[in-house]
Amino acid sequence: MNGSSVIVKVVSLAIILPALTFGLYIIAHGHLTPGGGFQGGAIIASALAIFLVAFAKQASKTLRKNLLSALECLALLGFIGLSFLGLGKSFFFNFLANSGLIFGQAVPFGPNPGFINTAGVIPLMNFFVGLEVSCALTIIVLTMLKAGGDKK
Amino acid sequence: MILHIIALAAIIATAVLAIEFKDLLISTAMLAAMSLMLSLEFYLLQAPDVAITEAAVGACLSTAIFIIAIKKTARYENGAC
Repeated sequence: MNGSSVIVKVVSLAIILPALTFGLYIIAHGHLTPGGGFQGGAIIASALAIFLVAFAKQASKTLRKNLLSALECLALLGFIGLSFLGLGKSFFFNFLANSGLIFGQAVPFGPNPGFINTAGVIPLMNFFVGLEVSCALTIIVLTMLKAGGDKK
Repeated sequence: MILHIIALAAIIATAVLAIEFKDLLISTAMLAAMSLMLSLEFYLLQAPDVAITEAAVGACLSTAIFIIAIKKTARYENGAC
């Protein structure tokens, strides 16, 4: 598999960077707007899948399965560790909300004002879930790409 | 209401086209179009979470997996590559 034609390569290069940015936007605004960790991670994995389909030979050198698997395990450990950190009150306790630290601003009363620096521990968990989902879905496409040898 | 009818008709039309084409690459593109119309319908039914997931997973990731599978096997349905 030598990758695709020139047209596919140029169009995919034009698409990949906006798609990655949009996925990061969906993850970062997960506690304010529709979407969250899973949706943003799926969008990032879609961008990486386009990269894998268009540039098959170069991409399978840069995106290695061991690296992605290690990142996925790290994200899961971060998620469960963050939920254990709130164990002073209870499991998954939101210890950062209204504390004045990172993501610790108090939410004013009324309709959603769109402040991104709120909601405590939820945005951090969205980041971890997004990293985990994007790595896992990319591993699926990478396994499909490697399967069955390189006959064609 | 008229938008619902248009989206549902487009879903059915693209699904039938995906079955009817003998070129499997065009058939995969029709499946991606069906997934896009389905995500539009989810958005019209006020489920934007599901719409984003459907557009990302259904229209891009499964299409990428299908394209890789077609690259590794034959392109046409009767095997006459």
